[in-house]
Amino acid sequence: MAAAARYAMEAPMNRAFPPRRRLFRAPAILGALAPALLLGGCDWVVMAPSGDVAVQQRDLILISTLLMLLVILPVMVLTILFAWRFRAANRDADYRPDWDHSTGLELVIWAGPLLIIIALGALTWVSTHLLDPYRPLGRITPEQPIAGNLPIGRAAGGGQQAAPMDSVLEVQAVALDWKWLFIYPELGIATVNELAAPVNVPIRFRLTASSVMNAFFVPALAGQIYAMPGMETQLNAVINKPGDFEGFASNYNGAGFSGMRFRFRATDQAGFDRWVAAVRAAPGRLDRATYLRLERPSEKVPPIRFAAVDRGLYDRIVRMCVAPGRPCMAMAHAGHGTLPAVNNRPGPAGQGPRPEGALQREGAEKGTAPHSSAPQAPGGAGNAAPGSPANRNHTLNLLPALPGAPAPALG
Amino acid sequence: MSEMLLKAIFGRLSLASFPIHEPILVATFAVVALGGIGVLWAITRYRLWGWLWRDWFTSVDHKRIGIMYMALGIVMLLRGFADAIMMRIQQAIAFGGSEGYLNAHHYDQIFTAHGVIMIFFVAMPMVTGLMNYVVPLQIGARDVSFPFLNNFSFWMTGAGAAIVMTSLFVGEFARTGWLGMPPLSGIAYSPDVGVDYYIWGLQVAGVGTLLSGVNLIVTIVKMRAPGMTMMKMPIFTWTALCTNILIVAAFPVLTAVLALLSLDRYVGTAFFTNDLGGNPMMYVNLIWIWGHPEVYILVLPVFGVFSEVTSTFSGKRLFGYSSMVYATVVITILAYLVWLHHFFTMGSGASVNSFFGITTMIIAIPTGAKIFNWLFTMYRGRIRFDVPMMWTVAFMLTFVIGGMTGVLLAVPPADFVLHNSLFLVAHFHNVIIGGVLFGMFAAINYWWPKAFGFRLDPVWGKRSFWFWVTGFYLAFMPLYALGLMGVTRRMRYFDDPALQAWFVAAALGAGLIALGIACFLVQMAVSIRDRARLADTTGDPWNGRTLEWATASPPPDYNFAVTPVIHDLDAWHDMKERHHERPCTGFSDIPMPKNTPAGVYLAGLSYLLAIGMVWYMWWLAAVALVGAVAVAIWNSFDYDREYHIPGEVVTRTEDRRTQALEALA
Amino acid sequence: MSAAAPAAEADGPIRFYVEEEHPHPPGASTALGFWIYLMSDCLIFAALFATYGVLGGATAGGPAPRDLFDLPLVALNTGLLLFSSITYGFAMLAMDEGARGRTLAWLAATGLFGLGFLSVELYEFSHLIHEGAGPQRSAFLSSFFALVGTHGLHVTFGIIWLVTLMVQVGRYGLIDANRRRLLCLSMFWHFLDVVWIGVFTFVYLMGMLR
Repeated sequence: MAAAARYAMEAPMNRAFPPRRRLFRAPAILGALAPALLLGGCDWVVMAPSGDVAVQQRDLILISTLLMLLVILPVMVLTILFAWRFRAANRDADYRPDWDHSTGLELVIWAGPLLIIIALGALTWVSTHLLDPYRPLGRITPEQPIAGNLPIGRAAGGGQQAAPMDSVLEVQAVALDWKWLFIYPELGIATVNELAAPVNVPIRFRLTASSVMNAFFVPALAGQIYAMPGMETQLNAVINKPGDFEGFASNYNGAGFSGMRFRFRATDQAGFDRWVAAVRAAPGRLDRATYLRLERPSEKVPPIRFAAVDRGLYDRIVRMCVAPGRPCMAMAHAGHGTLPAVNNRPGPAGQGPRPEGALQREGAEKGTAPHSSAPQAPGGAGNAAPGSPANRNHTLNLLPALPGAPAPALG
Repeated sequence: MSEMLLKAIFGRLSLASFPIHEPILVATFAVVALGGIGVLWAITRYRLWGWLWRDWFTSVDHKRIGIMYMALGIVMLLRGFADAIMMRIQQAIAFGGSEGYLNAHHYDQIFTAHGVIMIFFVAMPMVTGLMNYVVPLQIGARDVSFPFLNNFSFWMTGAGAAIVMTSLFVGEFARTGWLGMPPLSGIAYSPDVGVDYYIWGLQVAGVGTLLSGVNLIVTIVKMRAPGMTMMKMPIFTWTALCTNILIVAAFPVLTAVLALLSLDRYVGTAFFTNDLGGNPMMYVNLIWIWGHPEVYILVLPVFGVFSEVTSTFSGKRLFGYSSMVYATVVITILAYLVWLHHFFTMGSGASVNSFFGITTMIIAIPTGAKIFNWLFTMYRGRIRFDVPMMWTVAFMLTFVIGGMTGVLLAVPPADFVLHNSLFLVAHFHNVIIGGVLFGMFAAINYWWPKAFGFRLDPVWGKRSFWFWVTGFYLAFMPLYALGLMGVTRRMRYFDDPALQAWFVAAALGAGLIALGIACFLVQMAVSIRDRARLADTTGDPWNGRTLEWATASPPPDYNFAVTPVIHDLDAWHDMKERHHERPCTGFSDIPMPKNTPAGVYLAGLSYLLAIGMVWYMWWLAAVALVGAVAVAIWNSFDYDREYHIPGEVVTRTEDRRTQALEALA
Repeated sequence: MSAAAPAAEADGPIRFYVEEEHPHPPGASTALGFWIYLMSDCLIFAALFATYGVLGGATAGGPAPRDLFDLPLVALNTGLLLFSSITYGFAMLAMDEGARGRTLAWLAATGLFGLGFLSVELYEFSHLIHEGAGPQRSAFLSSFFALVGTHGLHVTFGIIWLVTLMVQVGRYGLIDANRRRLLCLSMFWHFLDVVWIGVFTFVYLMGMLR
């Protein structure tokens, strides 16, 4: 995994565009291509996942593909066969220009796909319910069912009828611009861009976001789910094999999207306990003020650990009232799915003004819309100053300074 | 004071809004400007302005409008493809700490623009242009029902394209992805001009699309030649009818949802905001209620194209015509019942997800029936492998793969791991390139001789074909694999060096596609140069079966000197079989619609309105709006919208064709 | 279906071309086209109604429908619009009789009712905004203003069209083209009426019950 290397690399965030010679490494890489492909140095993680949910999703992909190949392959073979057999040059082939109907054939044409879709539809109905991310896990591995979880057909929402609570690890995940915050409410710790869990313990994620739509995805663990501001989604999953896995935001969310990745560490219980102890030894505490600083945009953030977390911080994040003076939105009855009345709370009070509609602005308030390649205000920020608007511009592609001209300020 | 005046006049436009620090854009601008000046000079030099204005820009002839749509689509294809290849190169080199050559602002604009342009300004104009050109000829009509509206629709589409193109050199385009999902596209997170360009470009073009949809529905319902019952309509006309019904039923939703987004941005309302009760998920739902029918809007007409091509080149009636029609209608209806499959992962309940998953799969049944119908049209045929037929076979082999991965994505738990991944990207390129684009190339090669009186050069056509097909597979099969490796879409750089080989392969595939496009351009150039060699005077170069082949190539302004009467589905084939006699005398005056510049004016004013709104130049927007209303009113005072082609002119034209046909015989 | 010739073939040689062109009059399809356009417009309203349905309860701590709507005023407004539909109906009757003067008079009455409707609506809007219940206040008010405002914009456009048509009828008389346009505008006008009844029921009446 390249993950470790990536996190070791704490490049300053506001560094300018990487040196140009990198561009010209491409030919050298080309030479190394073919062997790389043949060796299969790639990790087909979706096809070989390490979590039980993802394994079932993988199986579903395989079964559906096989089912569909039942009709796809004959079609492809027949297409080539007919195209060859009935080519104009082949005068031996039967030619019936007026043959355009055959009830039997049409019956087969419609019935064949119909049967496959019926099979696939049944599979879909069952598996969608079984693998519903909100549904508490029914098993840890195929051989290890969790007692007390309900069969299909019974409501599987909330968490009240879930597996014994003490055996479930709850993680509250918050998508920020552009990093992931993980809060472990039972352990009272929090991390940024680092997630850990013991193997074979069900994990229940509660997810939200601070600004825009996101999606949380650890391919080795389970399918993705959106994380949205002012709303909460859930994901139940379990990891069965220890290892370091990739996790990331899988829904485009702005300039820092590509760097919004984290490492998911699955270890045995002892390893996990050690990890928790290490986090607890970290200096920081995640309180509301720290969160507000953390929330501001920054990119490619290395892991950060917080030994303690303010109680109820996550709920305040979901209800969008971390900032002092912000009224919380009412938590309507949280049903299955996202909350019904989202963001239904009064406007800002104490917080900075809401952006006005363009038509209401006075002349000067219209502002300017400089092209993003235009030099930004001086004073690069980067990691040292999360929240600086310059962080949205850290990969500026500036023209090389002309000899004698002052170098443009890198924003 | 002067500051205020500047703001009042130029809004938020300032010198800093021009991308003078972006070397790629500066170079592009230089090339475009030089090319543009060259074209303008050539037009002036050869005194073509009058001809262009009279015969093309103000023309209400459905054939000329159709050709202009196609030209717009091809020009925009070059822009959209330039974006594509820039993305492919970026992803092929941005490894191991390198961030490639595109910064986030630029890259994010590129993938947004690529999606918007390819769907709205390449695929849509091509599909609309094709329907415009072919449908009236296939149903034996002399024009569409509302010829002026047709011209207006085209120019609105063109104005939309111009708005999007303006964003390349003045300001920026959206960095939100092609559907502009809020809150990211709201004023709080995208305060600059990009999303406004996006909104206004789509709104202006959307007006054109909607009106052209109304126009073609009425044309097909009202203007069919005598004897052409619904079940004797050529299959392409059927698919065109269903497509336009989809357009009329889907585009208003897009208009509404974009209008709400612009209210959020311009008035400060709270539809899709994070506060005050706004609900961004509603935008996602509404835009996909338009977005899913949109893919059928694109693909249904090409299903029609493939039906016509298969039947013609197999020398055989279309197998299962009625089941083909029913399949088309079923797809049209089901298109509205599947939108949620674009966001299973947003957290709906399992029952909702399975419902939409299963409705999606059901669409595979009529689509499968269509594939089988083409297959059995080939069966016991005598297949000539001209270029259109080659595209058709490639389509059948490629499209089933895309269909299969599509059904796979419709299984919600599978979608949870494949959504937003490159697998998804590979899937929709598989159906849009393998379906829509292959179909367009089949159609262009098939109907070109009808439009211009000479064939397209088959040698270059085959070169283009092979580059496109191999390029497509090389470019997109690796993306399927990458998706299964958990690689998500819209990434600008990567860490895992093992992925690079796949991206390089995909970039090489894009390079092959570039050669395919080049060969296509050369094909047109060579064919125009060699038009004498490739000439077709019969009007029926492929031994066609439908009515458009009954008239001359290119068809006269009035399409048919005498309205044909239809007795069979394959009307022209039937006429040939039963040795019809072409009427040579007794032509009467033919009433035709007059040209009008009102469409150009209205679209030009809409362009100015959009630019005014994008840059907050309220005076410009107001003037343009008032101007557009005034032009519309002024235009409505023109009651004299028809002229007559005198009988003698018709006789002379038809005599020339009679002589040409006799010379052949 | 192969090569099936119609039964008429037995009577004589089959005809592949029409003997006599029936020039179809210009605008023969206008009514159908306008209908289809209206259906698409109807979908815009459907989307706005749906938006109101989703966001109508999201008052964000601000005023709710019950606190804002002045039903007698809205009833007056509804009355104005319904009367304008009736007067338009009389205009169409007059048109059928070929009475240009009476047609114009009824059209003028329609326009005045329309203007009355717009004035009341503008009054209502300005009143709401002054009370601090503008479209920026909450998602409920955003969707309310969007729905009612879009309807109002349609009425505005209808009045502009009406005036244009009155000038055209005045100048060119009740010629075919103008009759066709009057018919289209009448469909448009009645359509707006129907939409308003939806707004009145769904937004105002049911809003008071909420």
